[in-house]
Amino acid sequence: MNNPHKPLEIHDLTVSYQRKPVLYGIDLEIEEGSLVGVIGPNGAGKSTLVKTIMNMVKPNGGYVKIFGRAPKAGISRIGYVPQRETVDWDFPVTVMDVVLMGRYGHLGWLRKIGETDRRIACECLEQVHMLPYANRQIGNLSGGQQQRVFLARALAQESSLYLMDEPFAGVDAVTEKTIVSILKGMRDRGKTLVIVHHDLASAREYFDHLLLLNMRKVAYGKTGEVFKPDLLQKTYGGRLSILSDMASKSAGVRVIEKEAYFTEK
Amino acid sequence: MKLGLENFHFAGGFSVISKILLGGVFTLLLPQVLSAEQIRGPESIEFFDRAMRFFEMRDHSVRVVALGSVLIGISCGMMGSYVVTRKLSLFGDTLSHAVLPGIAIGFLWAESKDNLALLLGASFAGFLGVACISLLKKFTKISQDSALGIVLSGFYAVGICMLTRIQKMDFGNQSGLDTYLFGQVSALSTNDLIGVCASLVLITLFITLNYKELLISGFDPEYARSVRLPADILQYLLWALLAFCVITSLQVVGVILASALLIIPAASASLLAKRMSSYLCIAASLGAISGLVGAFLSFLGERLPTGPLIVLTASFLFLLILVFRPHHGILVCWVKSRLQSHRIAMENTLKAIYQVIERHNFSETSIRMEELMQRRNLGSGECMKEVNRLSRSGFATASLDPHSPSGLPPEKRVSLTPKGWEYACRIVRNHRLWELYLTNEARYAPDHVHEDAEKIEHVLGEETVRELERILSNPRRDPHGKLIPSLVDIERGWLG
Repeated sequence: MNNPHKPLEIHDLTVSYQRKPVLYGIDLEIEEGSLVGVIGPNGAGKSTLVKTIMNMVKPNGGYVKIFGRAPKAGISRIGYVPQRETVDWDFPVTVMDVVLMGRYGHLGWLRKIGETDRRIACECLEQVHMLPYANRQIGNLSGGQQQRVFLARALAQESSLYLMDEPFAGVDAVTEKTIVSILKGMRDRGKTLVIVHHDLASAREYFDHLLLLNMRKVAYGKTGEVFKPDLLQKTYGGRLSILSDMASKSAGVRVIEKEAYFTEK
Repeated sequence: MKLGLENFHFAGGFSVISKILLGGVFTLLLPQVLSAEQIRGPESIEFFDRAMRFFEMRDHSVRVVALGSVLIGISCGMMGSYVVTRKLSLFGDTLSHAVLPGIAIGFLWAESKDNLALLLGASFAGFLGVACISLLKKFTKISQDSALGIVLSGFYAVGICMLTRIQKMDFGNQSGLDTYLFGQVSALSTNDLIGVCASLVLITLFITLNYKELLISGFDPEYARSVRLPADILQYLLWALLAFCVITSLQVVGVILASALLIIPAASASLLAKRMSSYLCIAASLGAISGLVGAFLSFLGERLPTGPLIVLTASFLFLLILVFRPHHGILVCWVKSRLQSHRIAMENTLKAIYQVIERHNFSETSIRMEELMQRRNLGSGECMKEVNRLSRSGFATASLDPHSPSGLPPEKRVSLTPKGWEYACRIVRNHRLWELYLTNEARYAPDHVHEDAEKIEHVLGEETVRELERILSNPRRDPHGKLIPSLVDIERGWLG
């Protein structure tokens, strides 16, 4: 045990947007070397969970720790793959440029991209079978190819924890298989991967751990133990109405408390 | 008062535009007409004289003007690359309009056209405008484009009011502040040039030092934050530089058109460039060319405003690129589609000739023109054109029938050359193979396949044909019972 801290540790995390709770009291500890699928219905807070871990959304309560550190310092150890739609694919960059961006975290300000970085980028492109496209402008790629470029960028980053938001969205079946095998290969090399996934049917064979999420944590554990009809029913079959009502109210209360606090001061 | 303001802007704008258009067209395209009409005036001689004077650059003022326009073109081109790729085009426009009240305040403060005071005032107003946009975005639900619109028009209105007041003041007449509206390069002084140089140096320095950081935060800001790059700070620095760039270029292009010099060269570059580095180079050179040509044109014409001429040049270059660029240019696309439709028409004619010969059970090698007309459903003129095109390409020959009945004009006949025969066989084969494939493999009804095959026959590659033959195990008959010409038939020359 050379690293006493878990890759990802979440304690009593509550996040709300404009008084509406999206995540409520989440507790989670992810072991090193697991391939975790985050599944749940639309609006279950999957993307919010990712954004909170990535320090883009501030939690109302609880905390996130990445290798035992607060997100602000910890995110440099995360390889992040955002949703494909969040970037402008007409931007004047080539496939190679995008993959090299994965190396920027290792380079400081004013440091130039070196031979080693280029070699690593080429290897990563080779792994996702995109090396022949290295000099293409990214706008001239299909959805699946774009996603593979994103994956190559994450590989080039050489992180120990990866966070991917819907990497299979809008991707053809062949690419999906390629991506899954790469993800499994990464896990076998001791990486920890947390992947937001929308398709319940394939989740079982893709991931070794599952987080069932619907505003709160319904279950987390080994796929075999968690992929049970009753738990899935709990996740997908409507929210627990009293809890969500109360959570809405309490989220309102928190804000009011804060306002009162500020006026007192 | 209100009426006066409207007149001030619109009448000014229209008269400027009409002046440029008329003046530009007449002085450039028809210099001889101009000289013929104005024999009394010395301007005919002056045209070449002035052109010479501009290019020799003997005058100090010409040097300042040319250098200033080129440098501004370069810095606007580079800044514009970031503005356009980050989808902030309206932002540059807002900034340039927002500085107008600042210029007026600076003038009132210094009571003269003191450059430093104007620059300070403009910077202050620019940053106030940016702050307003940020606040609106942060504390209201108003979207960015509306916030930009509000700040743009609000600040501009204040600026116009103040400028109109200043023009009516004692010291206002000789102020020449209206050059800030439309730009007047001749008003550029050596001091202004220092400002322009400073802004170019700052911009170049900033871009070279932060090239990779700017690239990543522009392409994928979320990811940039995840590798702990200060994407927000970069954005603010970029805005500050943009403000500086706009303020220094106001003298030349004017408030109204300042954003055009940012956007047009960069938008032209976006049509050509694949990478950010080439994008920057192209935008900067287009900006420089526009600056130089615009300054030259404005120097030629008497009292023509420089800003609009520079912008017109940039727009003209944009149009040229739009039409003539490789791969996706309008011209290339047009030529490609013309060539394709010619090829399809030719292939259809070849196929029609084959079908007529087939109807005669391959007993004759030539067919009557009339039959082809019927088959192709074309008039005689159109049909003749098609046949001529075929014979020019060496696929067919047209001749007069020596055996036609006497007393009537001789009948025209068409026959295929061996090359044309081979081509026709290929098209017919493609058509019938595809029909067979649709009925046998894709389970289409036999009466549903013809139309589809009419299109596919022109695009079916040789490799796909081999594949189809393999799948259908070298068929001889199509779904309608007609013979499919095989490779052997094609080589042998005739079916039968």
